Amino acid sequence: MSALSRLRSHKAARHLPAVVAVMAIAVFPIFRPPLDGLMGDCIQALAFVVMALGLNIVVGFAGLLDLGYVAFYAFGALSMGWLASDHFTGIGGETGIHSGVTEFAGRLPGIHLNFLLVVIGAILVTGIAGALIGLPTLRLRGDYIAIVTLAFGEIIGRVAANGDEVVISGYKLSNGRQSIAPIDQINLPLIGEFDQATDLRSYFWAGLALVLVVLFVNFRLRDSRMGRAWIALREDEVAAASMGVPLVRTKLMAYAVGAAFGGISGAFLGAFLQSVNANQFQFGFSIFILAMVILGGLGSIWGVVIGAVLLSFVNTRFLSQLDQGIGNDVLGALGLDFTFSEIKFGVFGFILVIVMVLRPEGLLPERRRKLELTEGIGAGEESIYEARA
Amino acid sequence: MTEGAAGERESAEAAKGSPNGGGELLTANDISKIFGGLVAVDDVSFTIAPRSIVSIIGPNGAGKTTFFNMLTGLYKPSVGRIVFEGRDITGTRPDIITSLGVARTFQNIRLFATMSAVENVMVGQHARMKAGLFGSILRTPAVRREEREVRERAREMLEYVGLAADEFEQIAANLSYGDQRRVEIARALASEPTLLLLDEPTAGMNPNESAQLTEFMQRLRDERDLTILLIEHDMKVVMGVSERITVLDHGEKIAEGKPEEIRHDERVVEAYLGKSTE
Repeated sequence: MSALSRLRSHKAARHLPAVVAVMAIAVFPIFRPPLDGLMGDCIQALAFVVMALGLNIVVGFAGLLDLGYVAFYAFGALSMGWLASDHFTGIGGETGIHSGVTEFAGRLPGIHLNFLLVVIGAILVTGIAGALIGLPTLRLRGDYIAIVTLAFGEIIGRVAANGDEVVISGYKLSNGRQSIAPIDQINLPLIGEFDQATDLRSYFWAGLALVLVVLFVNFRLRDSRMGRAWIALREDEVAAASMGVPLVRTKLMAYAVGAAFGGISGAFLGAFLQSVNANQFQFGFSIFILAMVILGGLGSIWGVVIGAVLLSFVNTRFLSQLDQGIGNDVLGALGLDFTFSEIKFGVFGFILVIVMVLRPEGLLPERRRKLELTEGIGAGEESIYEARA
Repeated sequence: MTEGAAGERESAEAAKGSPNGGGELLTANDISKIFGGLVAVDDVSFTIAPRSIVSIIGPNGAGKTTFFNMLTGLYKPSVGRIVFEGRDITGTRPDIITSLGVARTFQNIRLFATMSAVENVMVGQHARMKAGLFGSILRTPAVRREEREVRERAREMLEYVGLAADEFEQIAANLSYGDQRRVEIARALASEPTLLLLDEPTAGMNPNESAQLTEFMQRLRDERDLTILLIEHDMKVVMGVSERITVLDHGEKIAEGKPEEIRHDERVVEAYLGKSTE
């Protein structure tokens, strides 16, 4: 019995740093003004952490290189646009369709659903989209998956951009580059409606809550039957299949979970940014999220969190400050007529290259990846299994 | 799976109508595998009776492993059909074949290198587990219990194949060669097969270890009612353990029979030693 309690206290002690860190982050907004710019950047970072953790399941756990993750961001954000704005003006008659929203939103035309319902909708939409994209794609292996997902990501971006031309029974699929706006504020049961025009704190805490949920799911899945199957097929598809792991279904599972996280985060960002715009769904965004995963350490949950926060702040803070400060002078002295913000995807690419050269296993490497990368163990790609499933 | 009820009825008949009569565990009817212009396996028929130990031998490149890969679903035969326990498994997915009760090891050990010995064997039980996505996230009592049981079973399996207890949590890549072979067999056994396919299990073993493995195969058959199909080069092992032997050469079956018959078969001697010139 005493051994058990010692084990328990040991376990709790192991979680202590994480608990303290989360609590410190949770109280942070209290000490900041309600419309703090830094807090706004933090909220974006939290949303990106959710996406990076989703992509980590696909790329880090299951080893499927997905270069079209932006598709799921797009589906999530569009779900928010469809289900919580007056985009579908006139649907459901004069009054619109409402569920669980404030009195004010209840009087607006279009579809206005409670944020929780939108999130469920976003999960369904991205999950179905993920399955539709995944079914043909995941029969492929290795690099071919990367190429096809890249194409799908691009297709979804194009469809979103030209969605204003796609009219189904009088309603546009999207507003293209014109934005679906305004999007409803997040509205939660018991808590009520957020207002990002006067107070960002509630968005911060909502984002943090999403991160915690997604972290929890990540940890649980990693140490489960499914997590083992993902690692197994990442290391050796032939052996995994021969041991009874159904390849396509197992990959699809990883893909769908990753997609769902992308969708959740997309819906959240849609509400926070108050608009859904096809310009947000560029190919570079997929690479941006992938860079977070690689920088942090493929498959390493805490590493990915760190990678996502770092790159997010490089994106929102560091580059613009660099431009306002020394960066402008340096570029000017070199006779270059652009700013670092304008070439940010180049900067991310550069960071990726540096990471691959100096520390390919990432900032906070996952144990197995480290073995694979530094000692050349496992992850043999050679395979004899005829691609069919 | 692919052909529906009619196919299954047909396959049941095929099993009954097999040359050696009914009751065979596995029947391969005239199967061939053609890669481009190369005929790797050429019209081979083969049966294996329940609870027997059967070997496939033949020179390098004779098509033995290709034959294995067809039985386990990694390759689909170009021609012919395979029936396991009365069910047509021609072209069935490998994971389904595993769940039906066929497990295998590989010629060049294919463990999950960064997983511990126990985890490797736990993956072997994948098809026997129920935990789904949501159950795993919520970690329901049923899922917890299953995890515990699967881990416990994995340790039992490793003990059974003779891995030292202090190696259980060692990652597979750091195990000795002999231990890796053991873990691979444990992983195959974990899927609860009725038919176990061993692809050159004694490769790289010294005579002493080979003798141990021979004994172990007999134990598997006697204690676990397993049927074992063996690809092997070590004639001492083959002759010692097999009830029947099938000889492949250039993809064709050139002989089949009891060990003493094979030992004196002219074509077999010729395949291994070359034709005598007189």
